[in-house]
Amino acid sequence: MAIRVGIVGAGKMGLSHYAIANALPGAAVVAVCDTSRYILSVLRKHVAVDTYTNYEEMISEGRLDCIIIATPTATHFQCTKYALEKNLHVFVEKPLTLSPVESRALSELAIQRTRVNQVGFHNRFIATFQEAQRLVRAGALGTVTNIRGDAFGQVVVKEQSSTWRSRKAEGGGCLHDYACHVVDLMNFLVGPPTRVAGARMQAIFSKDVADAVSAVFAYDDRMSGLLETNWSDETVRKMTTTITAYGTKGKLIVDRQELKLYLRSDCRFENYEEGWNSRYITDLQSPVRFYLRGEEYSAQLDAFFEAIRSGNMAHENSFASAYETDRVLNLITEANEANGGGGRA
Amino acid sequence: MSEEKARQQLVRFKDTAAIIEVLDIAYDMGIRTFMCTTHDRIGEVCDHMRADRARYRNFIYYPCMPYAHKYANSVSQFGVLETIQRFSTGGVVNTLLRGAMGTLTRDIYVLMRLLVDSEMKRFEGLNTPVIFVQNVVTDLLLGMKLYSVFAEFDKYVRERYGAEAGFITMNLPMLLDALDQVGVENPIVCSNINKIGFRMTGGIDAYLEALRTRRCRPIAMSILASGAIPPNEAIEWVCRLEGLQSIVFGASSAGNIRQTKELIECVWGTAPLTTPATPS
Repeated sequence: MAIRVGIVGAGKMGLSHYAIANALPGAAVVAVCDTSRYILSVLRKHVAVDTYTNYEEMISEGRLDCIIIATPTATHFQCTKYALEKNLHVFVEKPLTLSPVESRALSELAIQRTRVNQVGFHNRFIATFQEAQRLVRAGALGTVTNIRGDAFGQVVVKEQSSTWRSRKAEGGGCLHDYACHVVDLMNFLVGPPTRVAGARMQAIFSKDVADAVSAVFAYDDRMSGLLETNWSDETVRKMTTTITAYGTKGKLIVDRQELKLYLRSDCRFENYEEGWNSRYITDLQSPVRFYLRGEEYSAQLDAFFEAIRSGNMAHENSFASAYETDRVLNLITEANEANGGGGRA
Repeated sequence: MSEEKARQQLVRFKDTAAIIEVLDIAYDMGIRTFMCTTHDRIGEVCDHMRADRARYRNFIYYPCMPYAHKYANSVSQFGVLETIQRFSTGGVVNTLLRGAMGTLTRDIYVLMRLLVDSEMKRFEGLNTPVIFVQNVVTDLLLGMKLYSVFAEFDKYVRERYGAEAGFITMNLPMLLDALDQVGVENPIVCSNINKIGFRMTGGIDAYLEALRTRRCRPIAMSILASGAIPPNEAIEWVCRLEGLQSIVFGASSAGNIRQTKELIECVWGTAPLTTPATPS
């Protein structure tokens, strides 16, 4: 029987998840919850789903196997907790919550209830980043001593304050909405830092939130990390995320298109030669069963449904792993405040 | 396309004159059809063509709408409702009160017509025999099973613009089934078709079978699979596919256009070609 899916939040991500979940074999969207009566009335008229303005009502009717939550981050905790208590598997958009304490509580609850718990850090499903992680773990770079993560894009390029993304209390801002992807990818490659040695969060056009975040990470004594993100960079067509890792045997530069690996002499690894090597996404990415906006969006939901079917709790992007990301975001905020607050939190 | 290549193209095509120059090269080589997104700058290209009708008499546009980035950014920033207000044609919607607009656009077909009209304004007076829906929208509707919108779009562009509908997709076999269900016959469909099966969702075999057995008019795009296949090998393979008659390719230099055209003509003889030139 198909997995019955409920969607909470029918904005850009919610509708994208709706289409993918509905198109993947073995799953069907049967209910949608949103506060916009307009969106609901369109769906009711044209698509065979039940619509709700209250997620508790949607969940307690008991027709769902899982929910996908794509609402402003500040609402994630309550909604996820409620769904887990009603024994639903939960996929929630990134970041998990605005507080590491809440994220850890959700992770513990999900484990206790043996419910699949996944967060939408979709970059982990891009084959170039997966290959980068494999290479780092297999020791192709030797001992990794430095890692750098950066992301640039044009999300806020003029003054505005009109949606939740520009309001700190709801989880808007470059830190939780943008830098979180880079922090999560750095964690994916080398594990989370133990400390944030310094951070600055800078407002550029926003009134209430930061538009650029810079931070220095410490990983015990063995490694240092550098984070730089800026979502007010109008020279970049769309979000561009790059990770660079330096090791004793070489250097790796990876983005969603290409993985470049430099290996020092006598350090060849598998079919990677000494000097520069390139692998393109076209060489690495596995096909998906439905395509919308990028393989990673389908791959992550396919993995979520597969974990539900198999009962595998050791899946990618668990709440426990997202908790580590939220913990680092919190350390960045604290380091920024210790520096006198910077431009804006 | 890599960000660096995109940046170089942006510098090179900073002036619309540079875009027109490439179009002129393609046109003078006998390529008559130009597939373009409804990017804001296409309006300037259209103005140029309108001003010299004699020269561009045989020029054919295949508009592909919407230019997804502007809508996606706007939905994130302003939400769905305000995005609709921002992009639909002035007089019709902006004078309506919010509540009234809600009622009007609740009918998704009315909304679709408003958005099509708004995108088509800049092509007024030009030859647009096929109007395409971009893959991000086609595939969103496909996944949500809003198939009736495909049929309504097909009907609307026929009635209002005397054009045929085209659908760009990354899920060709699935889309053909959906179009069948709502009675869109012999559809014009544009999808990745390349030797390595890159972004051919459903698998290369399902695509080849669809080309052989389904009644449709396919256009191959991304034949080089983002540069993963050498041009001669890519074109030789794609041109020998049973059931395929059209190719769309991106090019920005005379040498590139000539090379691609010659490679295709090696297998096909002379054939109608399409070429895009705005950033997609």
